[in-house]
Amino acid sequence: MGLQGATSTPHLLWFFGIATCVKLLLIPSYHSTDFEVHRNWLALTHSLPLSQWYSDETSPWTLDYPPFFAYFEFFLSIFANLIDPQIVHLKKGLNYSSNTVVSFQRITVILSDLCMLYGVYRLTKDLDSKRRTLIWVLVVWSPMLMIVDHVHFQYNGFLLGFLFISLSYLEEGRDLMGGLFFAVLLCFKHLFAVAAPVYFVYLLRHYCCGGLVRGLRRLLAMGAVVTAVFAVAYAPFVYHGQIQQVLRRMFPFGRGLCHAYWAPNFWVFYIILDKLLAFFLRKFGFATPTPEASFTGGLVGDSSPFSILPQITPVTTFMIVLLALSPCLIKAWREPQPGMVTRWVAYAYTCGFLFGWHVHEKASLHFVIPLATIAVQNMDSARHYYLLSIVSCYSLFPLLFEVREYPIKVLLLLLYSIIMWLVFSAKFTDGEEAKATAPIKKEAGHVAAKKGGFLIRGIEKSYLVGLLVVEIWGQLLHSIFFGERLPFVPLMLISIYCGLGIVYSWIWQLRWIIRSPES
Amino acid sequence: MEKRRGRKVMKDKEESVDDDPWRWLVHKGIVASFLCIAVFALLVRAAVSLHPYSGAGNPPKYGDFEAQRHWMEITINLPVKEWYRNSTTNDLSYWGLDYPPLTAYQSYIHGLFLRFFHPESVSLFTSRGHESYFGKLLMRWTVLSSDALMFFPAVFYFVIVYYASRPHGQKTDIAWHIAIMLLNPCLMLIDHGHFQYNCISLGLTVGAVAAVLSNKELVACFLFSLALNHKQMSAYFAPAFFSHLFGKCIRRQNPLLEVSKLGLVVLGTFVLVWWPYLHSMEAFLGVLSRLAPFERGIYEDYVANFWCTTSVLIKWKRMFTTQSLKLLSLGATVSTCLPSMVQQIRAPSNQGFLYGLLNSAFSFYIFSFQVHEKSILLPLLPASLLALEEPFLLKWITFYALFSMFPLLCRDELILPYFALSALFILIYHGPSGRQDRRKRLSFNSVVTTLL
Repeated sequence: MGLQGATSTPHLLWFFGIATCVKLLLIPSYHSTDFEVHRNWLALTHSLPLSQWYSDETSPWTLDYPPFFAYFEFFLSIFANLIDPQIVHLKKGLNYSSNTVVSFQRITVILSDLCMLYGVYRLTKDLDSKRRTLIWVLVVWSPMLMIVDHVHFQYNGFLLGFLFISLSYLEEGRDLMGGLFFAVLLCFKHLFAVAAPVYFVYLLRHYCCGGLVRGLRRLLAMGAVVTAVFAVAYAPFVYHGQIQQVLRRMFPFGRGLCHAYWAPNFWVFYIILDKLLAFFLRKFGFATPTPEASFTGGLVGDSSPFSILPQITPVTTFMIVLLALSPCLIKAWREPQPGMVTRWVAYAYTCGFLFGWHVHEKASLHFVIPLATIAVQNMDSARHYYLLSIVSCYSLFPLLFEVREYPIKVLLLLLYSIIMWLVFSAKFTDGEEAKATAPIKKEAGHVAAKKGGFLIRGIEKSYLVGLLVVEIWGQLLHSIFFGERLPFVPLMLISIYCGLGIVYSWIWQLRWIIRSPES
Repeated sequence: MEKRRGRKVMKDKEESVDDDPWRWLVHKGIVASFLCIAVFALLVRAAVSLHPYSGAGNPPKYGDFEAQRHWMEITINLPVKEWYRNSTTNDLSYWGLDYPPLTAYQSYIHGLFLRFFHPESVSLFTSRGHESYFGKLLMRWTVLSSDALMFFPAVFYFVIVYYASRPHGQKTDIAWHIAIMLLNPCLMLIDHGHFQYNCISLGLTVGAVAAVLSNKELVACFLFSLALNHKQMSAYFAPAFFSHLFGKCIRRQNPLLEVSKLGLVVLGTFVLVWWPYLHSMEAFLGVLSRLAPFERGIYEDYVANFWCTTSVLIKWKRMFTTQSLKLLSLGATVSTCLPSMVQQIRAPSNQGFLYGLLNSAFSFYIFSFQVHEKSILLPLLPASLLALEEPFLLKWITFYALFSMFPLLCRDELILPYFALSALFILIYHGPSGRQDRRKRLSFNSVVTTLL
């Protein structure tokens, strides 16, 4: 074990090194407004006192992440100031996009990926070296992270690192540390709070158990740890009386049900159904009201953007997410197994993505990357991950809409599919691997046992081919047949088609969780 | 550090064979691993294409990018006979064509492609100095497509042929070799950064080498003649090709017939390519004079060859006339590549041929007239073909080549890709399973090569 440990860690650094070289080459690529957002946060944390961080309006890109992220930007701004003071100037730095600021920010993302590296290292420490190396390949070379973090510009790798660290502690059984790191993560980006119910139930049942006194003592300990973390984050703002403003910035419910580009979640189907029903009812002569509001705009009084189907409010989405989570929570309550935590947390983020309010397509990162760490457990999970990662990576394509990045995003996805195929085939070459540890299913591994290899079923293959068709339509055929008319159709097609894949993943995960054996 | 650990892994093969990433790459066969590495190589090239090109934003002359664009403009707007002739519509002092006709035909095809999507970039006169997002994109895609269509298949052909004759080799070696050849940092920086089309002539050369190794000599002659007609610098390899094929021919039943067959193929290819310029001696000489600009002197800028380096001590340009310098460089070049030529004529072998390529490319690079720093790509090619035999040599040649291109890349603002690609090369070279340096075969040629 020691020898294998010694020979495998250089592999991780090697994979990371190769990925870093590609990331460095991608520095001059397209960056979205998120780049200016983070540059502005560097500027305002550097130039303004703490009491004005959440109330400054110099730029439309106001601070809307929790305080730890603000402290992180403050830390980075120290270096930014040394390199080029204009980056952190509140007014002169507005929309500054010279080579210095682009290189600086890109390099901070690359360096912050070290956090994710540590997280995935920690999470896979106790696995055998073959599985470990496989997971490293899947996570470190993920094209979704490359596209979102290193081209579009965000810090997801860094945040997912904290999630992995927290999950690794939970899987080891060190619940207090796991809870601590999750609390820290929540103070970096509150969107991760979707998994909070799972954490709460799991920690309550797993950690705070063993009799009333011990349980109560542990509950208090956990509560104290979490409160301490939140205190460190929010106390300075409470002191300055800014806490209202902070919360208002963090939870902007003025936005609509869907983002400008519809994330491939359940609400896409709901909207399409509503439109179809309205269309057909109108054809049959019924008087249907034309909605005043739009899906992407905010809630306007009582008016609903839906013609036929009932209106959806943030509270409704919250209830539906909880409902979808409930099987998982029940399982966690009955049998809190450390080995299942990652799956439960990934499931929680899937539910949040599918049924949440104003979901960005980038949020699919939160459940796809953790699922990579469990994809190697058996053939079924591998097949599922293969499909899911390709679909969600494809759903991110509209983020990079400039022609220059087209070959890059296509080649990234193609390369990843080939690599996944090669590594999964290498892992599941014999029937033994494929059959073991599958949940109780009647047709357990018979497909794999017969042929002994990594195979994709016919329906999944045709779905993937369908992705190709959607892409060809969007890029080529739509403009040939429709010219300039109906410009939203290609994007809508992508959302719907990928939505099918995500819904399939949700159902697969739910089935797995319900059917997982209880020891 | 990684290399030492890597060697330990090679010893304990039983335990760690499962987690060796190179094994995962090759377990589905050569085609799958080539596909994987090729897609990665294309991705890296596409990423390098994001960076600036030579002469970007630098009027009035700009750089190689503008030269290539101008050639597309000339070839699609003027009749063939006018391409190399100085006239009011074709001002040869502004980036006149100075490569043989195959480059002109290739520029014509790419020019058609550009004109279809973005006519302003190749319209006569008005597109001089044209720089736009879309224009740059289309130009970059012409290089990417040329690379994918010419260089990659040639490398695949070479790998198949080379390893067919070495059945005892390891499969992971094949993957490593493919990666070394496709992820050559110098080629990527020059073709996809600075902007050139070396991938076409180098691809044709690799194809010719593979054809020689698989005993298809007529195909080899054809491909190499095409390479010569794309860039005259491919002549750096001519002595090796000539001596090896000649050596093989005189061993056959009917040497005269064999030699004349090869000669006919070469002549036929040249006639085919030069056809529009063969109607008069004047036209022919006109093109020829564009290909060998002796008036530019024995060296230009900073190039890591003999004349430039020793010019610190011996002021060649001041001491000798151009005519005598021409003779001097010819003599030096011929004498240094003579040993391998003689050896190949006396005892032709596939290994010897590859070393002969290395030898002649180096002697030309070091002693020839008017060598450009980008010509380091030519010796680098056989070095990468011989990567398994001489890994140490390859590593150091690549580093020196990269370093010698540094001033050029500085001017083009390609420093970031320079470091990223160098790091990538080091990582690939020292892959996780380690590279065991094979025992160096002390053949006659390798000694000569190393000495040079």
